[in-house]
Amino acid sequence: MSLELRNVAKRVGKDVHIHETNLVLREGAFNILLGTTLSGKTTLMQLMAGIERPTSGEIWFRGRNVTGVRVQKRNVSMVYQQFINYPNLTVRENIASPLRVAGLPRAEIETRVHKIAELLRLTPMLDRRPSELSGGQQQRTAIARALVKDADLVLLDEPLANLDYKLREELRDELPKLFADRQCTVVYATTEPSEALLFGGYTATMHEGRITQFGPTPDIYRRPPDLLTAKVFSDPPINTAKVSKKGGEVSLGDKIKWRAIGAAATIPDGDYAVAIRPHYITPSAAGENAVAIDCRVLVTELSGSESVIHFDLGGQTWVSQSHGIHPFEVGSSARLYVDVGQCLYFGADGASVGSVGGSA
Amino acid sequence: MARIALDSLRHSYLPNPQQDADWAVQKLSLEWSDGGAYALLGPSGCGKTTLLNLISGLLKPTEGRILFDDRDVTLATPEQRNIAQVFQFPVIYDTMTVYNNLAFPLRNRGVAEVEVDRRVREIAAMLDLDQMLEKRASGLTADGKQKISLGRGLVRSDVNVIMFDEPLTVIDPHLKWVLRSKLKELHRHTRRTMIYVTHDQTEALTFADQVVVMNQGTVVQIGTPVDLFERPRHTFVGHFIGSPGMNVLPCEVRGGQAMVAGAPIETANAKACRGDGARLELGVRPEFVSFALEGLPVRIGKVLDAGRFRIVETRYADQVIKLLLPEGLPVPEGEVRLRFDAAHTRVYRDGWMVGA
Repeated sequence: MSLELRNVAKRVGKDVHIHETNLVLREGAFNILLGTTLSGKTTLMQLMAGIERPTSGEIWFRGRNVTGVRVQKRNVSMVYQQFINYPNLTVRENIASPLRVAGLPRAEIETRVHKIAELLRLTPMLDRRPSELSGGQQQRTAIARALVKDADLVLLDEPLANLDYKLREELRDELPKLFADRQCTVVYATTEPSEALLFGGYTATMHEGRITQFGPTPDIYRRPPDLLTAKVFSDPPINTAKVSKKGGEVSLGDKIKWRAIGAAATIPDGDYAVAIRPHYITPSAAGENAVAIDCRVLVTELSGSESVIHFDLGGQTWVSQSHGIHPFEVGSSARLYVDVGQCLYFGADGASVGSVGGSA
Repeated sequence: MARIALDSLRHSYLPNPQQDADWAVQKLSLEWSDGGAYALLGPSGCGKTTLLNLISGLLKPTEGRILFDDRDVTLATPEQRNIAQVFQFPVIYDTMTVYNNLAFPLRNRGVAEVEVDRRVREIAAMLDLDQMLEKRASGLTADGKQKISLGRGLVRSDVNVIMFDEPLTVIDPHLKWVLRSKLKELHRHTRRTMIYVTHDQTEALTFADQVVVMNQGTVVQIGTPVDLFERPRHTFVGHFIGSPGMNVLPCEVRGGQAMVAGAPIETANAKACRGDGARLELGVRPEFVSFALEGLPVRIGKVLDAGRFRIVETRYADQVIKLLLPEGLPVPEGEVRLRFDAAHTRVYRDGWMVGA
């Protein structure tokens, strides 16, 4: 194992920024911190890097207690959301700067800079200054500088957030390749569930200064161990409601009922929270587990290839996401179908109940 | 409210533009009807903000005219054009209450207090701000502040057009859903002419009735979201819209038959294609490619899990072809073949759709 947080907490005055946290990251793994702005991702990274000191607890790296060891004394690189480069240095000098500081021989610096520039497609820009580059190229330069020194721990704090949508797609594709043959441990913070999914690796979901869960990304997405994690890891927002199970039947309010299948099959009678992802609610019945719901359409968003329908279901706003263009009239009543085999159930304490098949 | 017409508009930041690359916005004519929802979509540096500034009057065009209804406003100041703008970062007065922030654009124009009060409360109700009117703006969250910005853009009833410049870029994904559907609702409610500038295809496609796609100063397509998805007129549109974007593969056309690396592919438009040395490409979106018993033989490469579906990268010769596989279906093994939906597979000539 590489990085380990043991009972780490961070308080500033009376405010708890990070609640007591335990986390073990594997050597060479790609790890994602997923959570909203202010959920604690940046603070946690600063603790990992040694930029901030924990109020309590210990940080271990490769079997060594590094709590209180300053960032300068540790082989850590960090990339921020804002592109940070030296404005009066060329791209070449920017990338070389950490190696110069480390006092590497000139020839070695030259070789390494060229290799990383090639990897990040910056070779034609090496003699330009950051102001002469596009946003994507500026951020590539910052990433190149972070990678050039072969850090043991690379922390990427929403590095793609300020980039154009399409550029983000490109760099998202490239990033894992950059780390493929390195030994470093990577931590990547993002607010976007879709980004976490596409990176794969391991995900820690964060909410209000706590890690709610940590594990292999597809598992956390498909089998969220608690309701909060399911909510953090869903875009569009996951639909939730109170339901009760009695006999072999689950009921939502007094009108909607379905056979207790899937995760509901094995749970005892009682009250639960149900959660269902928007793409399991569609305008046409798909499969034998489709249950009709009648609702009132609030807003329709048609994107050219799919429809997102926001609707009111007994006082709650739910969302359906489906293929094709389904131009429901706003304010009209509509019949949609829920694939109840895909419902997730949670007990009063928020913990997942019943077993979820969850095929990929 | 107004109908907006751009008539042979062209703009350069240089004093003596000579070649194509000197123009920030290439010659452009279009008409937007009163009360419509429009989007300008393109990557950074494509000219969309320049175009927005030309319409708002912050810039004077090098050539051409801008008409609001039938009035020529080409030389009019932003104030004279009577436009409301909402920017990427919330522009509000932190020390003022939410109420006073919303009232500001009206009071500034000398609107009577009775009317101010009526308008502020109406807009606040639409944006779910009515419970916090007496709060100071400084205490609000980022999306709360951006809601006020939207409200300030919408509060005046006399504006010709409301322009939004990347209003949701700094907002978290789960709040984007809320604000986006709010904005959609507000447009439906008020029927103001709205122009929305963004690099985010989802925002543009879900907001607008008609989207103007720009690249390198040129308008490459104007169309409905369905047009842009199903009939991209240029490979750039195919690539930029859709995630992942359209597969674009070098091809040949012989006797009206498209060929990719020697393999014949059925298309919607190859018959109309003349070769004559132009660069020919085949475009097909991942959504219109599927595994089949017959078709192009490929090797399976990387598979990415996107939750609802997987993005499967396949290889034929040295070409990468992506397709989407719904959740729950297995990735086939062994001898794998691909079928392209011929109605949505097209030949592009020097980037442009053949026969468009």
